[in-house]
Amino acid sequence: MAKTGSSVVVVGGGVTGLSAAWWLARSGVEVTVLEKGIVGFEASGRNGGGCTHYQSPLFHEEQRLWPLMDELLGYPTEHRPGRIVFQVDERKANFHEGLAMRIPAGYAWEVLDGKQVRELVPLAGDNAISGVRLHFGGHANPQRTSQAYAWAAQDHGAQIRQHVAVHGFEMAGGRVSAVETSQGRFGCDALVIAAGPQTGALAAMLGHHVPMAPARAEMIVTEPLPLMPMGGVDGHGLYGRQTLRGNLAYGGGPHEWYDDTPLDGPPPRPSGSVLRGLAKRVAELLPRAAHARVIRSWAGVIENTPDGRPVIERLSSPDNVTLATMSSVGFGLSPASGHAIRDLVVDGVCSFADLSKLSLARFAELSPDWRRELNWLPPQPAATTAGELH
Amino acid sequence: MKLTLPAPDRFSIAGKTAAPDERAEIVVIGAGPAGCAAAIEAAKAGAQVVLIDENPVAPGLIGMDVPLHYGGRATAAVQTPERLVERVLEANPALGEAFELGVDVRLSTYAWGAWVNGPGLRGLATGIVGLADETRSWTLGFGRLILATGARDLNLSFAGSDQPGVMGAQALHALIARYGAFAGRRLAILGTGALALDTAELALAHGLDVVALVEARETGVGDPARLAALAARGVEIIAGHVPLAAEGGPDGVTGLVLANVAAPERHRVLVCDTVCLAIGAVPVIELFDVLGAKRTLVTERGGHVPVVGADGATSLAEVFAAGDCTGLGSNAVEAGGAAARGALRSLGRPVDAELPRLVPPGPDALAYHLDWARALLSTGGPEVLACLCEEVTRGELLAVQPPRYLGWSSNAIARRDLGTLAEDGPLDQDQIKRLTRACMGACQARRCREQVALMMALGAGVPAQSIPLAGYRAPVRPLPLSVLADADEPAAMAENWNVWFGIVTQWISYDDIGTEREAEQLRAGMPY
Repeated sequence: MAKTGSSVVVVGGGVTGLSAAWWLARSGVEVTVLEKGIVGFEASGRNGGGCTHYQSPLFHEEQRLWPLMDELLGYPTEHRPGRIVFQVDERKANFHEGLAMRIPAGYAWEVLDGKQVRELVPLAGDNAISGVRLHFGGHANPQRTSQAYAWAAQDHGAQIRQHVAVHGFEMAGGRVSAVETSQGRFGCDALVIAAGPQTGALAAMLGHHVPMAPARAEMIVTEPLPLMPMGGVDGHGLYGRQTLRGNLAYGGGPHEWYDDTPLDGPPPRPSGSVLRGLAKRVAELLPRAAHARVIRSWAGVIENTPDGRPVIERLSSPDNVTLATMSSVGFGLSPASGHAIRDLVVDGVCSFADLSKLSLARFAELSPDWRRELNWLPPQPAATTAGELH
Repeated sequence: MKLTLPAPDRFSIAGKTAAPDERAEIVVIGAGPAGCAAAIEAAKAGAQVVLIDENPVAPGLIGMDVPLHYGGRATAAVQTPERLVERVLEANPALGEAFELGVDVRLSTYAWGAWVNGPGLRGLATGIVGLADETRSWTLGFGRLILATGARDLNLSFAGSDQPGVMGAQALHALIARYGAFAGRRLAILGTGALALDTAELALAHGLDVVALVEARETGVGDPARLAALAARGVEIIAGHVPLAAEGGPDGVTGLVLANVAAPERHRVLVCDTVCLAIGAVPVIELFDVLGAKRTLVTERGGHVPVVGADGATSLAEVFAAGDCTGLGSNAVEAGGAAARGALRSLGRPVDAELPRLVPPGPDALAYHLDWARALLSTGGPEVLACLCEEVTRGELLAVQPPRYLGWSSNAIARRDLGTLAEDGPLDQDQIKRLTRACMGACQARRCREQVALMMALGAGVPAQSIPLAGYRAPVRPLPLSVLADADEPAAMAENWNVWFGIVTQWISYDDIGTEREAEQLRAGMPY
């Protein structure tokens, strides 16, 4: 029976927790994932699918793993390599100069002029002024990949428990010995908390303050269009891709900060606040797709830490707990973040990257009023008077 | 370690929510009997009313089976919607009355979204509806919103049902009675309930041939007297049968092959140019779902419906509802009036509280739909498409197969199906949708949402009631990017649009954190 003695319990069935569970399970560790809803059903399955994060210490491992993931998992991720980013606004014509400072050595990329962009991106128009082509990175299908992790972990013996809400932790000898849930008690030798926006509230139950703020972001999706040679195409303030079915799926623009997110609430719905702004920019970026019909929109809630950087850390107390929040950039890095979490749980240290700068300790001196100071607050209704209507 | 924080956020939605382009005290969506009654009642009470209806819809949408399942049987008359306006007014005298009373009537106008202030939407000062026509979109603010969005067609597919000539009963009613633009002559009608009887009687009244009413159950389910009257007029009532395949030619359907449910190898053929699905209708609740109104499953009223009080109040203070969208078989005109009075009262206007007479619930529609789906599955087998746009077969749906265009196969995925997925927790249609792509198409799942849920229940052996509704999301009508685009975007949006959160520290290379290179990049700002 699952209620006693899996050796590792992972709280959170998003991509980070699921990848960690898969890595642990394929290392022969007994692992149980507790998910309050359905795996990959929140921000993990509702994002741009980008796999190109050269700012991260996990970048090299991200790049090494993605081309292998379909085979390693045994399920499709729809990963495709390469990206093109281009601009249609004169003020951003030289945007590649900023990239030059950031892309690590050893990864090939080139600058494109407008004509070269149009050759590679048939839906682009005469307004394309400059771009870059990255011969690394890529994109994948977020929901399919999330489910692939869950299924592959199961194939290695992991248990995936959905619709299980965590209520608290049981301690014994200074360590977490069990997780208390809506479905009973799950004993554990080690615990991973990778619960997205809920990570802070769960860590607080263990006496740790993980500063984070949740916010909603939105994307739009069009009807399918003929496939372009490369699907990983964005720019002009948008992120996204053309799916392998041909839909254009793009996000970007204003987010809405939330006060908090409940531990067991349903996923958010799109607010409509930015749908029209997204449609405008997709039509500007890809004018030959301006006729394409928008058929749905997505929303997801993601958390950010005050500096926007992840926390990936094995705590010193309780010392059998590993925390992970990817601070709103989790999907693409998930093959590598799962590997790092596996290493921290099993070996106490990440085998392939230094993660010391991602420790919680950096927030020790953080102002208690940091959300107000950073202006990370929910909006107030605009000063129009509802009263003037009646 | 020193903490480097980003500058205060100027990229959030705060301060970027545009005021609505126009405003009205009462906005009514849907100009059927309930919506017109609501608009008339509100106008008589002196309210400022805007009444929105999408009909006549653009020919492009008719071709996509939006909002009804027209099935390629509209005449060329629908190519010029502006010419159909006269017909729409003739068919619906209440629209003229509303117009006379000063209601601002907007036809051929789509309501593609609606929002009120609430969790996740704290910046809204007033409720808004997203509207569009063929060339642009805009927003309309409201004091109270009354949704009277009616019902749409329930589609259950069979071999050949993705060709012209297979259509829904609501669409047939619209083409015959509203537009005078139906291209068929000879119909086979599926179903024997009230909807099928209404459909057959309407068709006969308009001089069309009705070959037969086909029923999956052992006997007809509707009023025996009306069934007998149809039989007396030469309409055959064929019980215990379901369509096996629609035969077709260049112009679509030429005949319908039926299978005997009890003995599936026994077939018979009907000669017809149109197969009309009149098995059921579905309350149109898209906007309620986008708004986040509380809903419930009422199988005696057609399925998932908003929770609505007798005065039309929904779980959202600013939103009222009336007519078929609140559950099939309501007293639409009285309910429309009551919703208007409820809305006006909630705004502080002195109106009385006369409530509509309740109509007794109908038979269990979900059980009836499930019987049809079971019979179609057992006779037609797994090769039939469950989702027409995305070309997902029933078999692929039941096996939770990734879409064919991925060309994926593995032993691992071959072991997965609806049954194994159900072992991980209750099935969810939105999850199945993302894995198989069933319901992901350009018709926005109008032709497959219900049948996919039914197939899921049958495939996993779970009650149909246990399959949660796949959520609706804006835009609830498929609108071109160029139309949905906000041409008059607020300057604050344009100036402070960022690709992600605009947290500059987030994008500094890890190796550079805490170095002079970090400071240099912070000075340079975001690369794009």
